[in-house]
Amino acid sequence: MAELMGWGRFPRVEGLELVSEDLEAISRGAILSRGLGRSYGDASLPPQGQGPVASTRLANRLLAFNGDTGVLRAEAGFCLADFNSLFLPLGWASPVTPGTRYVSLGGMVASDVHGKNHHVAGCFGEHVRALRMRVADGRILDVSENQEPELFHATLGGLGLTGHLLEVEFVLEKVPSAWVWAENQQVENFSELIACLREASDTWPMTVAWVDSLSKGDALGRGIVMKGRWARPDQAPSQAPASKSAFSVPLDFPEWVLSKTSVQLFNRAYFCKEGKSGKSGIVHPYAFFYPLDRLQDWNRIYGRRGFIQYQCVIPKQDADEIGKQLLKTLAASDEGSFLSVVKDCGRQGKGMISFPMPGISLAFDVPMRGDSTRALVRKLNEIVLEAGGRIYLAKDALTSAETYRAMDPRWEAWNGVRRQWDPDGKLRSALSVRLFGD
Amino acid sequence: MKVVFLGATKGMGRALAQKMAARGDALVLLGRDAKSLEESAKDLELRGAAGCVHTGLCDLTRSDEFAQAFESAHKVLEGFDCVVVTAGAFDSQDVLEADAAACQRLLDINFTRTILFCEEARKRLLAQGGGKLCVFSSVAGERARKPVILYGSTKAGLTYYLEGLDHKYHALGLEVITVKPGFVNTGMTAGLSPPPFAGEPEGVATVVLAAIDRGRPVVFAPGVWCWVMALIRSLPRAVMRRLNF
Ligand SMILES: Cc1cc2nc3c(=O)[nH]c(=O)nc-3n(C[C@H](O)[C@H](O)[C@H](O)COP(=O)(O)OP(=O)(O)OC[C@H]3O[C@@H](n4cnc5c(N)ncnc54)[C@H](O)[C@@H]3O)c2cc1C
Ligand SMILES: NC(=O)c1ccc[n+]([C@@H]2O[C@H](COP(=O)([O-])OP(=O)(O)OC[C@H]3O[C@@H](n4cnc5c(N)ncnc54)[C@H](OP(=O)(O)O)[C@@H]3O)[C@@H](O)[C@H]2O)c1
Repeated sequence: MAELMGWGRFPRVEGLELVSEDLEAISRGAILSRGLGRSYGDASLPPQGQGPVASTRLANRLLAFNGDTGVLRAEAGFCLADFNSLFLPLGWASPVTPGTRYVSLGGMVASDVHGKNHHVAGCFGEHVRALRMRVADGRILDVSENQEPELFHATLGGLGLTGHLLEVEFVLEKVPSAWVWAENQQVENFSELIACLREASDTWPMTVAWVDSLSKGDALGRGIVMKGRWARPDQAPSQAPASKSAFSVPLDFPEWVLSKTSVQLFNRAYFCKEGKSGKSGIVHPYAFFYPLDRLQDWNRIYGRRGFIQYQCVIPKQDADEIGKQLLKTLAASDEGSFLSVVKDCGRQGKGMISFPMPGISLAFDVPMRGDSTRALVRKLNEIVLEAGGRIYLAKDALTSAETYRAMDPRWEAWNGVRRQWDPDGKLRSALSVRLFGD
Repeated sequence: MKVVFLGATKGMGRALAQKMAARGDALVLLGRDAKSLEESAKDLELRGAAGCVHTGLCDLTRSDEFAQAFESAHKVLEGFDCVVVTAGAFDSQDVLEADAAACQRLLDINFTRTILFCEEARKRLLAQGGGKLCVFSSVAGERARKPVILYGSTKAGLTYYLEGLDHKYHALGLEVITVKPGFVNTGMTAGLSPPPFAGEPEGVATVVLAAIDRGRPVVFAPGVWCWVMALIRSLPRAVMRRLNF
């Protein structure tokens, strides 16, 4: 038994984790698979004291690549960081990348991840051609749009609850260079931010905004909109981007480090530094996609009690109003959020319970402080539910079954498919116990 | 670099071979599991290894096959400049104390057979005018400790042997690189609870590859284990008798 946790380091559970290169062996009898543990809450954790869970992190072999079609097949534990260093220099990018490169292919499928290009490329699942997976009865199946399509769609974004992913086949994106052409734009308040994001999404394939979540009054929701596209060869440096050195946080920080004042100072400095409007130019792809990866183990900054990330998506029409309400609610709580990110989302994906829908997504990192944090999440959830939005399960740790089910009625159909493949409920996680009543 | 690799299918060996492939080294993989060797060869080709990655069966327990394995590797690579040995076995002290057969097997693989394999590598490398021999020993061979007495003694013996090779043959062009990993999260240590400073295979691979390139005779990985072991070596016997790590 070992103590297992996600990226937010809350909650922590006792569970048995099996680690081996041989996924077929360890997935036999396991109740869940997990990758690199970059989901924040309890999605990758077994229910307290149960197990075993299969860790895919040593199963990282490439299996096949077709340089004409860009179709790549690899084991589920293959890490996006490896992908980038091998394939970017050859002019191939992952069609979708989350904000960290330390994720596994299995995790990218199981959370059906989205990136800065969601408004054009959709979720990762849209680029997945085939999966090999072990289902609850022990069989190993190849599933795709043509083979067991229902299981396929339930598995994209299915948080590992439909089976153990062993292999993933997906289509890469051919890029003109490995560098990014980026432009930053400072915005003075939330309405401007939303308008700017919306306008940018017509012409830029990659957009995201950072919000100073402690700004108030007229400046509420001021921030920086970041836009990017793969650079043309004539704009880009001729050499491939070097892998960046990283610093790491060696110890858990004491809790006072992350006070409202320190967050305020950070946010102000960041706003001034990055904010020079119209700043544009060539950027290292890692600096653009993975700014946080520069500081390894940064989650330790939040101390022993950990933190949560609250991420929701709200429909486009009232995004401005609802977004402000969420920001005000956050600002009224005791804790500031270091990192508040706004992103506009495009079409709903193929996954039966995948997170994104057309609208605006907001994400806040909040230190876990017990009841007050629970109360904050409850308040944020009320606003989101009322607005017809929903939350991202790969980040969630605190939402109740009742609230989640009201937000996302799609869960019932998905759970039906899941039960067809796993009538005895062998596959489960701490999250599935919390939200699906396993 | 042209590399003959024993143990590239798993753990630190896999991570090191992947780094070598990514920079375009040529590799021949030796090991005991044909299917796994083939899958690793394919992976390494896709990661950029020079040419086709060949494989050859070579089980550490069967030293009569070593010569043949090197012969074939020599042929497909048209000579080689580096031999890497990460293959090895582990069992807990409790298991080894209780099971004489398991104990004999471990002593045999990690000490006798590994050294016989290195002897073969030494002869071939010297016959070609020199080259690199990188072998994974362990920090467990630095100081006897209660949980790893038997395993540690095989590694202590191996380290001793490798040091001797360096003394005698360095002038003739043989560069011996002794790797002393600390606790690293691989299949070998799965189920043990990781101590502070536990490493990951990828980090170890980076350190080891740099050491091979520079011909550093001894390398701890992760590097901090150098200091940890210096401390442990300095502890008096009375303290070691009390400690249980
Ligand atoms: C700094 C940071 C930024 C992020 N940015 C984004 C972002 O921009 N967009 C986004 O969508 N997400 C983002 N995420 C979340 C992250 O991309 C997802 O949580 C992803 O699933 C993590 O992958 P992992 O390999 O760590 O999986 P884990 O966290 O280990 O697991 C995640 C889920 O996948 C399941 N799973 C993992 N492997 C398998 C398998 N082989 N078979 C079956 N199920 C499996 C687990 O059971 C679990 O439910 C971010 C996370 C961090 C830490
Ligand atoms: N992990 C640690 O914390 C640690 C610490 C100090 C030292 N070490 C040493 O570092 C080395 C690598 O360890 P690791 O953790 O990477 O181990 P690992 O993941 O268990 O990999 C061991 C490798 O050795 C091969 N092998 C085992 N027995 C063999 C045999 N009889 N014949 C041929 N090949 C054999 C395996 O091949 P198969 O695919 O056929 O199984 C596998 O490729 C070992 O020498 C180990 O003692 C490890």
